[in-house]
Amino acid sequence: MEVININGTEDTPQVNLDKDNGILEISGRSLPEDVNQFYEPILDWIDKYAEEPLGKTEFTFKLEYFNTASSKIILDILLKFEEIVEKGNDVVIKWHYHEEEEDMLEAGEEYADIVDIPFDYVVYTD
Amino acid sequence: MTKINESQGFLDFAYQMYKSMKANEINLVYEGEVTQDITKTFTSLTEKNLAKTEESNSVQRKVFQVMVECLQNISKHADSICEEEEDRRGIVMVSHGEESYNIITGNVIKNSKVPELQNILDLVNSLDKEGLSSLFKKQIKESRISEKGGAGLGLIDIAKKTGSKLTYEFKELNEQVSFFILTTSIKRSK
Repeated sequence: MEVININGTEDTPQVNLDKDNGILEISGRSLPEDVNQFYEPILDWIDKYAEEPLGKTEFTFKLEYFNTASSKIILDILLKFEEIVEKGNDVVIKWHYHEEEEDMLEAGEEYADIVDIPFDYVVYTD
Repeated sequence: MTKINESQGFLDFAYQMYKSMKANEINLVYEGEVTQDITKTFTSLTEKNLAKTEESNSVQRKVFQVMVECLQNISKHADSICEEEEDRRGIVMVSHGEESYNIITGNVIKNSKVPELQNILDLVNSLDKEGLSSLFKKQIKESRISEKGGAGLGLIDIAKKTGSKLTYEFKELNEQVSFFILTTSIKRSK
């Protein structure tokens, strides 16, 4: 399957999607004004991944900031993985947050309330 | 002669403005078009300035995030005084006092949109932390990204992050449009 590697910028995240190596990760900042344009290839990739997912998927979010437009897209991503879970596959969301960033932990907990996927919260200190 | 008077007038104005910015501890003032590039420039400028202060990282991040939401609100939703003008313009002001950082934004809005916006603001202000979290979860599930790329979540998010009420005012400019002023405060760490 195609590999996506996008370097982060001051307003868009770093994205690594590599099925063969089991790497699915979004990190950094996500504040684009046009979220649809940025995330379209990522959502397309996940749709293809969902056709033949790994038996166990670990999806990593290690975001420093994201704007509310991105928060909606993140939910769309999670809903796609929820469907993968419903088809009987294992998925775990690794939700990273900085120890001083209570808001980021709470954001993860809010998503965990909405979607039916197990979340692992991972604290980091830089 | 008039030229000299005029330039003297500007000098006086610049000096008065400098004094008043210093007196009110204003860090940034801007009036003009608000685009994603402007948003990036101001937020990174503020971020760099805050990094030089002793402010806690968590306050710095909140100021940054609230600025992004406020500016993107203008770049997505601002209307203009005349129909021909398509730029999304606004004013942006960041100041700080002993207790808090204040982010003030202002933009033109069509009178027809005022009641709906006022309802959202009043609803957000009536809720506590838990209520805001429930509203956020409800909205994020129901909302679809609009053509402009907004998800209608900005104001809820600002209230959640700041833990303060949103102060606002609508000044009617004419029969078509009003000026909308929004003030948000982020408490400084002690």
